[in-house]
Amino acid sequence: MTLMKSFLGAAAGMALMAGAAAADPAIIYDLGGKFDKSFNEAAFHGADRWAKETGGKFKELEMQSEAQREQALRRLAESGANPIAMTGFAFGDVLNTVAPDYPKTKFVIVDAVVDQPNVRSVVFQEEQGSYLVGMLAAMASKTGTVGFVGGMDIPLIRKFGCGYVQGVKAAKPDAKVVQNFVGTTPSAWNDPVKASELTKAEISQGADVIYAAAGQSGLGVLQTAADEKVKSIGVDSNQNHLHPGSVLTSMVKRVDNAIYDAFKEGDAMKTGTDVMGLSNDGVAFAMDDNNKDLITPAMKATVDAVAEKIKSGEIKVHDYMTDNTCPIE
Amino acid sequence: MDLSTIYEILASALRMATPLLFACLAGLYSERAGVFDIGLEGKMLMAAMTSAAVAYLTGSAWIGLGAGIVASLIFAAIHGLASITFRGNQLISGVALNFVASGATILISQAMFGQGGRTPPLNGAARFHEMTLPFADALRPVPVLGPLYADVLSGNAILVYIALLCVPLSWWVLYRTRFGLRLRAVGENPESVDTAGVSVVRLRYGALMITGILCGFAGAYMSTALQAGFGREMTAGRGYIALAALIFAKWRPWYALWATLLFGLLQALALRPDVIQGALHLAIPGPALDAMPYILTVIVLAGFVGKAIPPRAGGQPYVKER
Repeated sequence: MTLMKSFLGAAAGMALMAGAAAADPAIIYDLGGKFDKSFNEAAFHGADRWAKETGGKFKELEMQSEAQREQALRRLAESGANPIAMTGFAFGDVLNTVAPDYPKTKFVIVDAVVDQPNVRSVVFQEEQGSYLVGMLAAMASKTGTVGFVGGMDIPLIRKFGCGYVQGVKAAKPDAKVVQNFVGTTPSAWNDPVKASELTKAEISQGADVIYAAAGQSGLGVLQTAADEKVKSIGVDSNQNHLHPGSVLTSMVKRVDNAIYDAFKEGDAMKTGTDVMGLSNDGVAFAMDDNNKDLITPAMKATVDAVAEKIKSGEIKVHDYMTDNTCPIE
Repeated sequence: MDLSTIYEILASALRMATPLLFACLAGLYSERAGVFDIGLEGKMLMAAMTSAAVAYLTGSAWIGLGAGIVASLIFAAIHGLASITFRGNQLISGVALNFVASGATILISQAMFGQGGRTPPLNGAARFHEMTLPFADALRPVPVLGPLYADVLSGNAILVYIALLCVPLSWWVLYRTRFGLRLRAVGENPESVDTAGVSVVRLRYGALMITGILCGFAGAYMSTALQAGFGREMTAGRGYIALAALIFAKWRPWYALWATLLFGLLQALALRPDVIQGALHLAIPGPALDAMPYILTVIVLAGFVGKAIPPRAGGQPYVKER
C-alpha cells in the first residue's frame, strides 16, 4: 500500500513537473466575445502578436455565461497555465477569491483592480483619450451639438462620457452634448438596432458628431452616422476603416499592449497595478489614411498640445469612477 | 417641443414597431391555430442572420429576404414537427429553438465570414433603402396630414409598407375566408374541425408556415433595412415584446397594429428623455418606459382593461379520439 502511495505520489509529481515545464500563458475573453471588433479583439491581437514573435502557444477561453467565470479560471490555473490574462471588469470579484488559491500562478486583469500579491491589474485612463476625441468632435462639429451613445449604463462607460464632455467643453464652451445609453442590461452591448434609433434621435437634436462607446451596439451608431452623413467616433480598437470618411477618429485603448507585455514577461511577470494613460501610450486617438482628410493639421496640433499638457499634469481630466459624478453635463 | 420633433418621434416609433408588427402577426396566426410559439425570437434571429449573409453573398436584398424566410420556415417546420406531429410541449419546443437559434446564428456566421458571428457590412442593392412615397413633397404643405404623410409614413424601407399591408390582409384572411374560419376554429375547438372532415394537422402546419414567413420578414427588416448586417443576438428580446403585444391585442389583427405602434412609441419616447422632460416637467427614467409594454400586458391579463381570452385550444396538442 505504501509502495502504491509513493508510486502515485511520484506520478503526481511528474505530472506537476510536466505542467510546470509547459507553462503556456492563457487568456479568457469576456462575454462580448473574442471577435467584437473592439475590446476583446484587441486583447486577442496582443496575444497573437506575442505568439507570432516568440513562436509560443497560448490557451484561450471564451465566456458564454456569467456562471462560468470561476470554473474557467480554476480550470486554467490547474492546467498549469501561467500567466493567465482576463479581460473585463466583471472578472474582478471572481479573481479576488480564486487568486489566493493559486499563489504560484500569476494573473492579469484588464479594466479592474484586484489587490492580491499574484495579480497584475491593468486599468486605462479612458477619460484622457475621451477628452481628446471630445475636443476633436467639438472642432469638427458645424452645429455646435455633439452626441454620445454609451452601451450599458455602468460607471466605466460613464467615465468615457464624462471625459468626452470635458473635452468638448474645453474646445467649445458653449457646445451642447446629447448623451444616451442603449440600456441597463448586458443586452445593451448587442442591440445595434436601438443604438441606431438613438443615433437618429441625437441627430434630430442637432448632433453631427457622435461618439459610440457601446461594444457591438456601437457598430449600429457608426452605420447610422454614415447613412445620415454625419461623423462618428469609434472606440477601443481603431474603427476608422469601418466607414472611411464618416468615422472621425477612434478612441483607442491599447489592451493589446497590456496582454503582449504580460505574456512577454511570462511567469516572472511583476504584479501590482498598471495605470495606462496618455503618458505611457495606453490610450490614444487613431490617425490613419481613412481619416486624414477629416482632421485638419490645425485640429491635430491643438489636440496634440493638449495631450502634452495632460501628460505633464497641467490639465487634469476628471475620472468619473473616483466619485461617481461628472463636474459638467 | 415643436411639431417636427413629434413627427420625428412618430417616425422612430414606426421603425421600432415594424419588426414587432411582423412578429406579432406571426404569433397571431400560430396561436389562433392553437400552437403557442415562444420561438418567434429564434425565428427572427435565424432570418436576420440568413438574410444578411445571403444578401451579402448575392448582392441582392430580395434574395436575402427569400433566404431569411426559408430559414425561418425551417425553424417553423421543426416546431411543427415537435409540437404537432409528435405532440410535444409547445413551450419547451419554442424555448429550445430560441437557444438553438442563438447559438447557430453565431456559429454559422463565424464559420462563413470569421468575423466573430457578424456578417460583413452590406451596401448598395444588398440593403433595403428608404423610399419616398408618391406625392410626398407635393402633400407636405397640407396641415398636419401633409407632414404626417411626408415625414412619418414616407421615407421608410418597403418592408414597413408590407408590414402595414399585412394587417388588413390578415384581417381579411382570418375573418373573410374559409381558411381563416377553419384556422380560428382549430384554435378554439379542433374536434369540431376534425368532425367536419378537415385535417387539424394540416391547418396547424399551414398556420405555422405563415408564422415562419412573417418572422422571416421581421428578421430581414432588422438586418438588411434597419441595420447593414447581422450582429449576435441583434433581435434583443423583440420576439418576447411581440408576444406581449399579441396578448395586449387580444389576438386580433387591427389591435395588433395599435398595440405594436403603442409599444414602438414607448420605445421611441424612451430614446428622447429631453422631450419627456420638456413636456411633463418630470424626469421619467428610460428603463421605466422600456418596461411599459410588459406592465401594460400584465394589466390587460389581469382583466382591468377588457378581457384577454386566448384561443381555447391553445397549447394543447390535438389527439384524435380512437
